Amino acid sequence: MSVKSKSIQNKSKDERLRKVSNLKVLLNRPELGALGGSVLVFIFFGIVAGDTGMFSAYGTINFLEVSSNLGIIAIAAALLMIGGEFDLSVGSMIGFAGICIAIPAIYWGWPLWSSILFAFSMAVLVGYANGILVVRTGLPSFIVTLAMLFILRGATLALTRLITGRTQVPGLRVLIENDPIAWIFSADAFKGVFTWLGSLGLIALRQDGTPLATGIPASVLWWVGMTIFATWLLMKTRYGNWIFASGGDKLGARNVGVPVGRVKISLFIGTAVAATIYACVQVLDAGSADTMRGFLKELEAIVAAVVGGCLLTGGYGSAIGAAFGALIFGTVSMGIYYTDVDTDWFKVFLGGMMLIAVIFNNFIRRRVTENK
Amino acid sequence: MSKNLVEFNNISKFFGSVIALKDVTMHVKKGQIMCLLGDNGAGKSTLIKTLSGVHKPNEGEIIVEGKKTVFDSPRDALDLGIATVYQDLALVSLMSVTRNFFMGREPMKGVGPFKVFDVKKANDIASERMGQIGIDIRDPSQAVGTMSGGERQCLAISRAIYFGAKVLILDEPTSALGVHQASVVLKYIVKAAASGLGVILITHNVHHAYPVGNSFTILNRGKSMGTFEKKDLSREKLLSMMAGGEELNKLEVELKEIDRTSKN
Repeated sequence: MSVKSKSIQNKSKDERLRKVSNLKVLLNRPELGALGGSVLVFIFFGIVAGDTGMFSAYGTINFLEVSSNLGIIAIAAALLMIGGEFDLSVGSMIGFAGICIAIPAIYWGWPLWSSILFAFSMAVLVGYANGILVVRTGLPSFIVTLAMLFILRGATLALTRLITGRTQVPGLRVLIENDPIAWIFSADAFKGVFTWLGSLGLIALRQDGTPLATGIPASVLWWVGMTIFATWLLMKTRYGNWIFASGGDKLGARNVGVPVGRVKISLFIGTAVAATIYACVQVLDAGSADTMRGFLKELEAIVAAVVGGCLLTGGYGSAIGAAFGALIFGTVSMGIYYTDVDTDWFKVFLGGMMLIAVIFNNFIRRRVTENK
Repeated sequence: MSKNLVEFNNISKFFGSVIALKDVTMHVKKGQIMCLLGDNGAGKSTLIKTLSGVHKPNEGEIIVEGKKTVFDSPRDALDLGIATVYQDLALVSLMSVTRNFFMGREPMKGVGPFKVFDVKKANDIASERMGQIGIDIRDPSQAVGTMSGGERQCLAISRAIYFGAKVLILDEPTSALGVHQASVVLKYIVKAAASGLGVILITHNVHHAYPVGNSFTILNRGKSMGTFEKKDLSREKLLSMMAGGEELNKLEVELKEIDRTSKN
C-alpha cells in the first residue's frame, strides 16, 4: 500500500528524513508475514521431506497446483477484504458455477464454451446481488454473504437433483477436446520444455517415456497472472486507491468523491468471478461437477488473505501476500503427505498459523499507524 | 476588496416544526476570515451543512461571486469553489499522505484503459504542498496515522486549497488540538486567507477565533446576533456575547450567593 519514496531522490535531501534501513521498510509491508512464513515452510519441508520427491518436478507441480487453486480465490477475497467486506459465499459459488457449466453442456446440449460463459454471467449476477444488498442495506457483508452461502449451496443441490436426479454431473472430459475456450482453464503450458527435460533425464518419466509432470497447469498461470494484475490494480491505478479508501474509511472516502458503493459491488463481482475461474479449472480437470465442490473454500480463502497481511477491518493488505498465503496453505497440505506426520494434524496447523498471522498483522498495523 | 465572495442572505432552515436556523445572514470577502461562533446547539452544524450543500435552505438566498445559486448537492458547492473541511477530515489513517491527498481525484498518466495513477507526480505535489505550510512531511508514503492532529488538519485544508477552493468552510479545526498544534493550524488558516481565499471558521473557542478573525458572526439558538468587525468588538465583549457569556455571569452571581449563605 505504501509507495516507495522515489520522489525523495530528485529533491534536496530532507534533513528530517532519517535514513530507514531496508529491513524496516520491509517490516512495514503487509505481505512480510506470508513471505517469511513461506520461507519457513520451505525450509521445514526441505529438511523433513527433502529426499522424498516432494520437490521433484512432479511433486512441485502438485503442491503448486493446490496452492494455485486456492490462490485464485484468495486474491479476489483479499481485494474485497481490503475494500472492507467479506464474501462467505465463495465456496458455494464454486459449486454453483460447476453445475452451471456441467448441466447445460451435458443435459441441454449446449457447446461447452457457451456454458462456461453462462457460468461467468451467473457469477456476475450473484456478485452484483451480494454487492447491492450490502451497499443498499448497510448490513454487514458477513451476514448477507452467509445467507448467500446457504442459498447458493441449497439451490445447487436442489436444481442438480431436480434436473439430473443425482448430485454429480460427470462426462465433461470428452467435450474439452475440441472446445475453443476450455483450454484456457485446463491446458498444461510449456509441455515442450517438460518433454525436453524428460528426454535429458532431468525429470522423472513414465513407463512410456513421457514425463510424469507434463507441464505447468493452467491454474498456476492464472494464479500468477491474477497476482500480478491485482497488485498492479492496487498499487498503480485510481481504482486501487479507491479500494484502500473504501475499506479504510467509508464515509471519508465518500466525502471526497470516491464512489464507494460501485467499488464494493465490483469487488463482490470479482470474488464470484474468481470462484467461477476456480470452478472451471476443477470441473474441466476432473471432468465432472459435484454439488459439494468448493465446500469451506470461502474460509480457506480468508485464511490465505489474512495470513497474507489483510486486516479484517479493511483498508490494508496485499495481493502478493494473499498469493503467498495460498502457497503456504498448498505446500503444507501436500507436503504433510511426504512426512511421517499424521495428516489429521493439518487443520491444527492451519488454525495455529491463522492465529499467529492475525497477531503479527495487528502488530504491523500498530507500527504503520503509530509512527514507531 | 469589498466585493463579497459569498453571501448568505436571510437563510432559514426548518426541520418539521423545529426552527434550526432563522434569518441568518453572513458575507465572506476575499482574503478575510469570518468567524462563526456559537455554543453547542446554536445551529452551527446545520448552518455548515446548509452552506456546503448538504441541506437546502427553506428560506433565503445564496449568492456566489454576485450570482444567485442553489446547491442541490455538496458537489455543486464544491464545483463553485466552496470546500468544507469537516471535523472527521475525510482522511484514512492507514493510507499514505499522498494517497489521502489525492483520494478520489488521483492524477493519471498513460492512455486509454492503461491509464495509471501517477504516483510519482502525486508524491511530488503532496510533499511540495505540505512543505509550503512548513509541515515537514518526512516521507509522502508514510501513513496518515503517524501524523499529529494538527498536521492532519493542515493536510485536509491544504488538499481543499489544492483542488481549487475559493471559500473554505472549516468546522472546528482546532477543537481537538493542544495549544501548540492549534496555533500551527491557525497560522496556516491566516496564510490561506492572505493568499486570497475567503474563510469561514466555525468554532466555539473565542480565544482561537479572536486573534485570527476579521469579522465575527455570533449564532445563538438558531438566530444570528449580528456580524461585527474586529475593530468594533473587544475580546471580552465577544466572550460575553456568546451564549456562555451571560450564563457565566449569572453563574458567578449564583455561586457568590451560595458562598455567602454557606458562610452564615
